[in-house]
Order: sequence, then C-alpha cells, then structure tokens
Amino acid sequence: MAFEIIESCTNCYACEPLCPSQAIYEAKPHFLIDADKCTECAGDFEEPQCASICPIEGAILNEDGVELNPPGSLTGIPPEKLAA
Amino acid sequence: MELPVLNNTASEAPKGGCSAGSCGSTDDQMNHLPDSIRDKVKNHPCYSEEAHHYFARMHVAVAPACNIQCHYCNRKYDCSNESRPGVVSEVLNPKQAVKKVMAVAATIPQMTVLGIAGPGDALANPQRTFDTFRMLNEQAPDIKLCVSTNGLALPENVEEMCQYNIDHVTITINCVDPDVGAKIYPWIFWNNKRIKGREGAAILIEQQQKGLEMLVAKGVLVKVNSVMIPGVNDKHLEEVSRIVKAKGAFLHNVMPLISEEEHGTFYGLTGQRGPTNEELQELQDSCAGDMNMMRHCRQCRADAVGLLGEDRGAEFTLDKIEEMDIDYAEAMKMRAEVHAAINEELESKHKAKETKLVSIEGLKKEVTRPVLMAVATKGGGVINEHFGHAGEFLIYEASSNGVRFIGHRKTTPYCEGGDTCGDGESALDVTIRELSGCEVVLCSKVGYEPWGPLEAAGIQPNGEHAMEAIEDAVLAVYEEMRVAGKLVEKVDEQQKVA
Ligand code: SF4
Ligand code: SF4
Ligand code: SF4
Repeated sequence: MAFEIIESCTNCYACEPLCPSQAIYEAKPHFLIDADKCTECAGDFEEPQCASICPIEGAILNEDGVELNPPGSLTGIPPEKLAA
Repeated sequence: MELPVLNNTASEAPKGGCSAGSCGSTDDQMNHLPDSIRDKVKNHPCYSEEAHHYFARMHVAVAPACNIQCHYCNRKYDCSNESRPGVVSEVLNPKQAVKKVMAVAATIPQMTVLGIAGPGDALANPQRTFDTFRMLNEQAPDIKLCVSTNGLALPENVEEMCQYNIDHVTITINCVDPDVGAKIYPWIFWNNKRIKGREGAAILIEQQQKGLEMLVAKGVLVKVNSVMIPGVNDKHLEEVSRIVKAKGAFLHNVMPLISEEEHGTFYGLTGQRGPTNEELQELQDSCAGDMNMMRHCRQCRADAVGLLGEDRGAEFTLDKIEEMDIDYAEAMKMRAEVHAAINEELESKHKAKETKLVSIEGLKKEVTRPVLMAVATKGGGVINEHFGHAGEFLIYEASSNGVRFIGHRKTTPYCEGGDTCGDGESALDVTIRELSGCEVVLCSKVGYEPWGPLEAAGIQPNGEHAMEAIEDAVLAVYEEMRVAGKLVEKVDEQQKVA
C-alpha cells in the first residue's frame, strides 16, 4: 500500500509537510515517497493528503500505477486541448 | 470623512474647485490617506506612485506551494497573481533568501521593501515565509516586509504575521460572489480536502474577506489586487472595489488577465482573452470613483530585483551571493544616507509643485480634451530612456485638470526584439499596439527607423524633453498641442463619430 511521485512533479513542496507518515522527502530531480512509510493516509485522513493538494495532474500514482489526478481533473482543461 | 482622491479625478470631473496640493499630479493619490498610513507608504515603491521612481522593491521566491488553483495559472510556473505568467523563479530556502536580500540591500540602497509573493502562495508555506521574515527582522531591521496571498490561509496566520512587523499585505481578490468564483477557481485545498467548484470558491471568498477585516482591525495596511477577466468578473469588480474599500483596504489594483495559449492555463487553452488597454483603463476609472486605484503596478515577478521595470536579478544568483561578504551594519549607514537624500529631493519637489500649480491654472481657462502620452524612463521621475531600450512605458494623461499617471504598459524593447515575435509581428509593431490610444511618446532619444511607423500610427515621437521631469514635460507638450489647436479639432472628430 503506497503511492508514488513521478517525474512530472514540479517540486512545489506542497505535499511534503502534509504527510502524516513523513513518507515524502525532497530529492533530485523530484520529490519522492518512501513506499515503506506511506500508509495512503489510512487512519489519519479520509483522503490521501499528497494527492489532495498536488496541483499537477498525473504526478502521483496509486499502487496500481493509476494516476490519482487524471488529465483535466484539476485544471478543468479538456484533455483534447491538453494534448495540443 | 470625505477625502479627495486626486489620481481618480477623471478628466471629465467637474472643473474648478481645485484646491492647492490636490491638483494635477499623481502623487496626490495619497492625499486622502490618514497621516499614519501616508507615513507607512511614503517610501513604498509598490504603493506610492511617486516613490516608485526612487525606491525599489524585491521579492524572494521562498514559497513554492499553493493551496488553491486559479484558472489563469499554470502551476509549472510562478504564481500568476504576482508575476506575469510563464515565469519560473529559482526557489530559495529561507537562509539563502536572507543572504540574497542583504546582498541586494547593500548593493542597491534604494531597495526598501522585501516581499514574499511566491512562487506559490506565501501563506501556504507559512514556515518558510515566517522563517525568512524572522531572520530579516533580526539581521536587517531597516527593510520593510510585505506579503502577498490569495487569502485562503490568511485568518489563521494574521496573529503570527503581526509578530514580524509585517505592515503591508496584498490579497488577490477576484470576486465576492461564489458563482463568479467558480469560474475562476477550479479547486481549493481546505481542512485536508480538495474542494472543487462553487463550494471551494465560497470558502476562499469567506476567508479572504475575514482576513481583510482582521488585518484592518490590527492596523495593517492592506492592498487588494484583482485580475480583470473579461466576461467573467469585469462587471463584478466594481462591486469588489466598493466592498474592499468599505472594509478598509487602502488601495485597489486592477490588473489585466494575461492569457496566451502557450502558457498552458485553463484560460489560455480555452481562448479566454485578457482585456484591452482601453477596457482596463475604463474599469480602473470606474472603480476609481469608489476607491483609490493603484495604476503603477507592474506585475513584477516573484524574484524580481530593482527599480521600476528593471530586473537586476542576474547580479544576485545563488553562486554570486555565496561569494559576497556583506557588512550589514556598514551597509545600513550608507542606506540611511541614501534614503535621507532621496527624501530631501522629494520634499523639495513637493515645494516646487505648489508653485507650479499657478501655471496649471492658466491652462484651465479652456476646457480641452484629455490626451494620453507614453513616457520612457529609467526612474528618478525624469525622461531618461531611449525609445528602443524601453521595456515598458509609463502612461500619463494630460487634460485641462493637469497631469495624472494612468499606468504601465510593457513591451519588448524594440532594440532587443529581433525581427519578428513569432506571429510575424515585429517588436515595433508590438510596441505600437501596446501604445494604442497614446498620441505622443516622450523619450530621451528615438531613432530614425521607428519614427515613421510611430507617426503613421498616430503617435508623435518626441525626444525634445530628455532629462526633464516627466510631469513638466507632459504638460509642456500638452500646452504646445493646445496652442497648435490640436486639442479642439479631435473633439469634433469624436463627436462626428459618436
Ligand atoms: S498518501 Fe498519505 S501517507 Fe502516503 S505519501 Fe501521501 S500523504 Fe503520505
Ligand atoms: S504536491 Fe505534487 S508537484 Fe508538488 S512536490 Fe508534491 S508531488 Fe510534486
Ligand atoms: S494563487 Fe498564485 S500560485 Fe496559486 S494558483 Fe493562483 S496564481 Fe497560481
């Protein structure tokens, strides 16, 4: 049970202080989640904190590799326009 | 108490009844403010139109996180409330930021204000923001601190903020109606949840208003910024202006939405346009009836350094400041001397102005149409920039009421612009478009090549007033136009069209 931050992360720091498990750490070229520590916020918050504040669609994946914030879900930009 | 607000005296305002000291020039923008506030803003380059010719501000990029999303912001770049879109600042940690501020303060003594405005939201990163402020309070107490925020986390931070002597706060308020807000803010992060749509916007609005009230109650100066989004909040901003004024904000600054497809924002990609210079000025004028407007904001970037439109950030990169050895106690003495000299100069200018009013009275006998003029300046309140080097122009309006400052218009310096700017438009074309509505452009020098196209566009280039005080020169050119009969005939033309 763990999330993953991938390369589209812009290093905005927003998620890091929110993690109840101190699983998120600054790294190069982008922030990372320590899979051993991440609890998906179970028991602490109803919703996973990192995925709830991250502004970048697609930057955080769940344990199945699925984007928690798929294209268009945060910005409201229709995906066909995003592709362009 | 009813106080006159001069900068807002639109040109068609009732003539006459112009009391000494409140006529014709833009620094009187401050006249309606109580002394205590006037003292606070006197040297503030962001708030005093006059001071911004002499003093400088800087921002440090220590706050990368944000707790909301605005439709005009691409979060791969800096906060668009505080920067022009598409800018990326190097994020500093608080220690690096403090070092940078002290290095700049020692090198550019005119730098009096340090702001934290991003690259995300200053208060979404309270630890990083407040660490920076705390260290600066201790190590460089002669620097004023200010902070800009979208307002969501404002109420919970007011108490701590006040400990660091932060006496200027800017809140970006684009709406007071959640239905309007839903078209601007797709989501906010609140109480550990992402809240989308109208519900999120309603919370944001509530927190902004609460924050504004709390700051005013504590005697903190509050400026409100609004982004004008045609068709979304343009009509609504007059109400925003009324409300924030009633609550005690001392300045309201309406900025244009800057929206291009390549910024990759919601608005950019969905074709939402920004306002034209004319639409912006019209809204600023109509809000002005309600409130003191700030027209000299330049939407500076989160890590900008320097005076007026200049950015000397390149002199203060991390590796360069690492090598600098700063004796701040020494620097502070030098800074105090420079500040005293500038204040003296400003004082004497004020005195000179009182005499000048007499000549303005002469002009007043005849009611003439207002004329917009663009001015190229590097600061100091004089015309001292080449047309081709100007990265921005200051726009002044001359009328039978005198001269007032209208705003800034940015452009690519004609000399650096290469041949084309992407879509086949030359840098000169862009400048001419940016100067639309202006009939004269005053600069220290203007080349042969741009002369013809400028004239053809109805903008008279004028290099005859180099090194003269801006307002004097504008007035002199206006007077020449009046004598030449140019101020009457155009009115007829306009009437014909109307
Ligand atoms: S899901 Fe929760 S525990 Fe896991 S990294 Fe994100 S914030 Fe931390
Ligand atoms: S919130 Fe998203 S973009 Fe920001 S640091 Fe975390 S993963 Fe990266
Ligand atoms: S507040 Fe600033 S950083 Fe945050 S989304 Fe809006 S424009 Fe972007």
